[in-house]
Amino acid sequence: MGYRVLVVDDSKLARMAVAKALTTLHPDWTRIEAANADEALALASKDAFDLAILDFNMPGRDGLHLAAELRRLKPALPLAVISANHQVEVVTRAREVGATFLQKPVTDKAMEEFLDDAADRLAPR
Amino acid sequence: MSELLNELEIDALTEMVNIGVGRAATSLRDMVGEQVLLSVPRVNLVSRDTAIRTLSEKEVGHLVGVHQVFEGDIAGRALLIFPDTKSLELVRAVIGGELSLEEIIELEQEALAEIGNIILNGCLATIANLLQRNLKMSLPEILRGEPSVFFSLGPPPQAGDVVMFLYINFDIRNRDIGGYIAMIMDMPSLSALRLLLREFIERTAGGSVPSDERP
Repeated sequence: MGYRVLVVDDSKLARMAVAKALTTLHPDWTRIEAANADEALALASKDAFDLAILDFNMPGRDGLHLAAELRRLKPALPLAVISANHQVEVVTRAREVGATFLQKPVTDKAMEEFLDDAADRLAPR
Repeated sequence: MSELLNELEIDALTEMVNIGVGRAATSLRDMVGEQVLLSVPRVNLVSRDTAIRTLSEKEVGHLVGVHQVFEGDIAGRALLIFPDTKSLELVRAVIGGELSLEEIIELEQEALAEIGNIILNGCLATIANLLQRNLKMSLPEILRGEPSVFFSLGPPPQAGDVVMFLYINFDIRNRDIGGYIAMIMDMPSLSALRLLLREFIERTAGGSVPSDERP
């Protein structure tokens, strides 16, 4: 079944890059975009998506704060946080909120692994 | 001067800088043993005069900078700039607190060059890789003085020179240290950069570039 993927990044190009990977890997999945944490949380309150891919370095609340809020609203949500900044503090915090850390620029292989894992977790048992 | 690049090209440039600085921060973190906090980069294309004015408004007092020249398909200068008063603090953060003030002063030049090298080279190498081009970097050089010193380096500034002013604030956790990164490019380099950015956008976003934003 096609899932709904929320992509949150203040960079339009970065959202387009994720879009390209999603179109290649899962053409039947739907993509929803948000440019910041507030937009993402508004979509979360409407239950508009099944998994989320978040940029870390964004104006306002960063991707890790957003990840923690989304986790509180949706405990089972598959989450990925993307950043080129792979300082141990950032990677550790991602792990603590139960998010997969993906290093930017994201390779197709890393994206595929995250999406496959998310699909496994979302599949009805 | 922002019309030199369109919105998506500026976005792509900002994203490349974001990736470059993010990686460089990871290296700096390993040197200082404390988390390096980064602001979201803001990229502005401005004249040298505007760059000097902007920096003068933000910082009172003398500045210290590490400067490297890059050459290749695009050429220019990259600068890492911070308040002179923070220089020794930054060196201390990297070398460790064991050394005496005299020893730190003695190592200052060398340590600043190394920090600059890690941040600027890290950032430029990432940008070069993303653009799939090779950039040759000079050795780092230390400069001190007022903002005008950093934007008036020879060869004499051409009238049309553009400063790509990347304003990015980096802070070392638990230490009051922050700074800026700037790049200076001339018009031919900026035109070359624009073409490379378009290729980068096409590679990165491929079919998802809306037709009205295609070159």
